[in-house]
Amino acid sequence: MIFLTMALSGLLGLGSAGVSAAEAVEGSAKSDKLEQCVEPTSVMRRNHFEFIKHQRDLTVHEGIRGSKYSLAGCVDCHAKKDSSGKFVPVNEEGQFCDECHDYVAVDLKCFECHATVPREK
Amino acid sequence: MSMSKIEQQGRREFLKKAAIGSAVTIAPGVMLHSLSAEAAPRTEPVTGKVRWGMLVDANKCADGCNDCVAACDKENGLDLVDMPEGADESQWERQRPRWIRQITLKDNLTGRLTHLPMMCQHCEEPPCADVCPTGASFRRADGIVMVDRHICIGCRYCMMACPYKARSFIHAEVAEKLTHTPRGKGCVESCNFCVHRLDNGQTTTACQDACKHQAIVFGDLNDPQSAVSQALKKYPSVAIRDDLKLNPGVRYSNI
Ligand code: SF4
Ligand code: SF4
Repeated sequence: MIFLTMALSGLLGLGSAGVSAAEAVEGSAKSDKLEQCVEPTSVMRRNHFEFIKHQRDLTVHEGIRGSKYSLAGCVDCHAKKDSSGKFVPVNEEGQFCDECHDYVAVDLKCFECHATVPREK
Repeated sequence: MSMSKIEQQGRREFLKKAAIGSAVTIAPGVMLHSLSAEAAPRTEPVTGKVRWGMLVDANKCADGCNDCVAACDKENGLDLVDMPEGADESQWERQRPRWIRQITLKDNLTGRLTHLPMMCQHCEEPPCADVCPTGASFRRADGIVMVDRHICIGCRYCMMACPYKARSFIHAEVAEKLTHTPRGKGCVESCNFCVHRLDNGQTTTACQDACKHQAIVFGDLNDPQSAVSQALKKYPSVAIRDDLKLNPGVRYSNI
């Protein structure tokens, strides 16, 4: 299915550079169905990096994984799917994380180590 | 440590066995334990009330079996990385990230071979943490020794300091990784007793679950009723390189 989509978009000249997989489908992320994030949107916009920065120490050193703030949570909720149902990485061009970070020229290092799509073994 | 034990150790030659094939699939039904209904992610910091540890019975560890290694690779996404194109295969086998290895010991006098899995021994006095210039190598309150990858600078001092050769360095970018095991280029890593499982309320490690010979018992060393404490009480066991006085959390019997 994914090959078909890619072949079709290639044929129609829609395959744009930088977007490696099929287009993400709008409304396909979990977050699209929710009223708000773990905090009101204005708070998240201003403080999301603070929340996950402190959480990372608590998780790695103290083993706390039940907090409402987590990078895995961001990815789980904000990753969109393409038309074949496959997750599109959150840091890919135009996707949730990239959208703002690209605009403000903040280079995201999180995903050198962290998974960009929800993925268990 | 008695003199005879040191001599005995000197006679033994550690033969590193190239891990055989990474694509060994774990037979269905070996995952004996799964997330129980009451298991929940931790909300309280870990404490020293628990000390995680392990007892390996080398008599039960079978020659040629690689199930624990394959299970660890799968659990932590180490199997998602392929050999870089054009790389030398023997070099790749030597340098690829490995959190657990199969080791064969040979007693040169008698010729007796012993097989055992070797991973981070979760030392109470970890030399890796001693030498780490940034504090990235550390021992958690519950005895798990791990690397905080956020502050690891990749100097690899810890790899040199570890007497058990337990640590690996990630040389290349990691395209595929699992949500619960973040890993990336430039950091050192090693066995963390499947810390994500423990923090989410599970009580077993992947290697233990995969061992169909039941060679691995894992649990809380501080709880006298735990299976591992009971087994340690019942059977004679040793700490490898006991002379270094690191008080490792992993013990071996029948070696
Ligand atoms: S076995 Fe090596 S890596 Fe593990 S705690 Fe001891 S020194 Fe550190
Ligand atoms: S490689 Fe990383 S964990 Fe090891 S000693 Fe250096 S900074 Fe510490």
